Amino acid sequence: MKLRFLSLFLVLVCALSGAVQAQQGPLRIEITEGVIEPLPFAVPSFQPESAESGQLAGDISRVVSEDLTGTGLFREVPASAFISTVSDFNAPVQYADWKAINAQALITGAVNVQGNSVNVKFRLYDVFSGAELGDGLQFSGTTEGWRRMAHKVADAVYSRITGEGAYFDSRVAYVSETGPKDARQKRLAIMDYDGANVQYLTDSGSIVLAPRFSPSGDRVLYTSYESGFPRIYVLDIGSVQRRVLESAEGTMSFAPRFSPSGQTVVYSLTQGGNTDIYTMDIASGQSVRLTNTPSIETAPSYSPDGSRIVFESDRSGTQQLYIMSATGGEPTRISFGEGRYGTPVWSPRGDLVAFTKQNKGRFHIGVMRLDGSEERLLTASFLDEGPTWAPNGRVIMFARETQGAGGSSTLYSVDISGRNLRPVRTPEGGSDPSWSPLQK
Amino acid sequence: MNRFLTSGILIAALAMGACTNPDRFGADGAGAGANAGATGVVPGSANDPTSTAYFQQSIGDRVLFEVDQSNLTAIGRATLDGQAQWLMTNSDYQAVIEGHADEQGTREYNLALGARRANAAQEYLISKGVPAGRLRVVSYGKERPIEICSEEACYAKNRRAVTVLAGGLTS
Repeated sequence: MKLRFLSLFLVLVCALSGAVQAQQGPLRIEITEGVIEPLPFAVPSFQPESAESGQLAGDISRVVSEDLTGTGLFREVPASAFISTVSDFNAPVQYADWKAINAQALITGAVNVQGNSVNVKFRLYDVFSGAELGDGLQFSGTTEGWRRMAHKVADAVYSRITGEGAYFDSRVAYVSETGPKDARQKRLAIMDYDGANVQYLTDSGSIVLAPRFSPSGDRVLYTSYESGFPRIYVLDIGSVQRRVLESAEGTMSFAPRFSPSGQTVVYSLTQGGNTDIYTMDIASGQSVRLTNTPSIETAPSYSPDGSRIVFESDRSGTQQLYIMSATGGEPTRISFGEGRYGTPVWSPRGDLVAFTKQNKGRFHIGVMRLDGSEERLLTASFLDEGPTWAPNGRVIMFARETQGAGGSSTLYSVDISGRNLRPVRTPEGGSDPSWSPLQK
Repeated sequence: MNRFLTSGILIAALAMGACTNPDRFGADGAGAGANAGATGVVPGSANDPTSTAYFQQSIGDRVLFEVDQSNLTAIGRATLDGQAQWLMTNSDYQAVIEGHADEQGTREYNLALGARRANAAQEYLISKGVPAGRLRVVSYGKERPIEICSEEACYAKNRRAVTVLAGGLTS
């Protein structure tokens, strides 16, 4: 029996089986090789281990399934096709029955609710190899946090089969929107990555823009017109307490992002009509000017190691992307295609920059390498804007505004291959998403 | 002299004093100043040349911009000439110049572009003699369009710098 620590509050993770299968088994999706056909899996409703476990057992297995199918890489084999039923989590698996319905992966689980605490166990089987894929795991937490346990199960399955980092157990901060374009009401909101558990962080009394998660996921930076002028605020998600990052009278500050250390903010400051990039030490309020040109420099984003900053500038005459040292200095232009490029965001893996591109009256979300090569446009519409990366660097969320007087804004996600474009369900309209790091 | 913030009670009193026909209220409301009295204008109405309403309607409170541009057009400069003159005459007003962009652009860039537009208007007003201390600027980027169609006819009206008066009461 091995012990690991994958804390959800205080989570005990156990190897439930002696049969350990190396992860390089045949059950594997190589995403980079252009998978089109989703991998079929079966997830029989998890076994309730106490009288009060029935509801959550069903809910958790449903969310596991939704997470996996939502990637576009997996397809659920419906329960109506099952030959075997799983009535005992520890009973041997009848591989032939699952093979017969072409379920290549089988996920079994058990849920034990006691009062307001819940324990979830699961196992993943490679049906065609006739073996378990990785160890069984279990997670414990409160019943209130049950969706996180489902996401952790799905994350483990996703990572084992794709070899990619996990991302389901994450949140998204965004701007919730209602009303027509000329009277739009905006408030900050936070939700699970799949649109569940929406919580509002501000009221709609002032315009709020572009929340950005801290690297530890406990704070967001955002821009608000609370004072009558755009100012940057830092908000503690747990307490919903906020404070303004002071800037001089007569200036506007906006487009903030945290440094990877979480101690510095890089942002735009406008003075005398000119917008440049600055950093500010959050604790001391000391700021440093990084760019000093008459052109517009905005939308800065740090590299994951904190050494460089990608941003947009119109110094060439149109909006283009540039990379400079995190301490300023001469930048290097990286975008050279047709049209205009804005809102660059460095990927968490460090290898790509996501951006918004405007060309011939259309908007696109795209990605490119750090030298501007291998540009790939993932979307096209009347107005797509503001990409944010999933913590594993595989998926991008952005906002799509529709055309005309009745236009509204909706969050979408798309794989960086350009596949699996899907709306994210939110109670109201949404814009300016910011994906959190994977939760601890 | 009370102007645009004049209380409704005072407007009502003046109007009542000037006009014995109470139907006037029903017809035109308290702000209808054309025939409001022997002195000719209701303070605060569009006929009061010192009023915000007059500034908005007769002087013109906004200038428009070409796509992606922040330089003032000839029409824009003429409007700002009028604004400058008015502001120097009515020296107890402050103004906030709001810069705006149309929806065809990314959010951050449009904030910066709106700031350029507001600043262009501000600098012009200062060059015509309006004290800098009476003017402030703010950009709303594409957050506050006044026209909501997704066509150039609407976009043209949304690419604007609007001079919004504040204060104006010395008492």
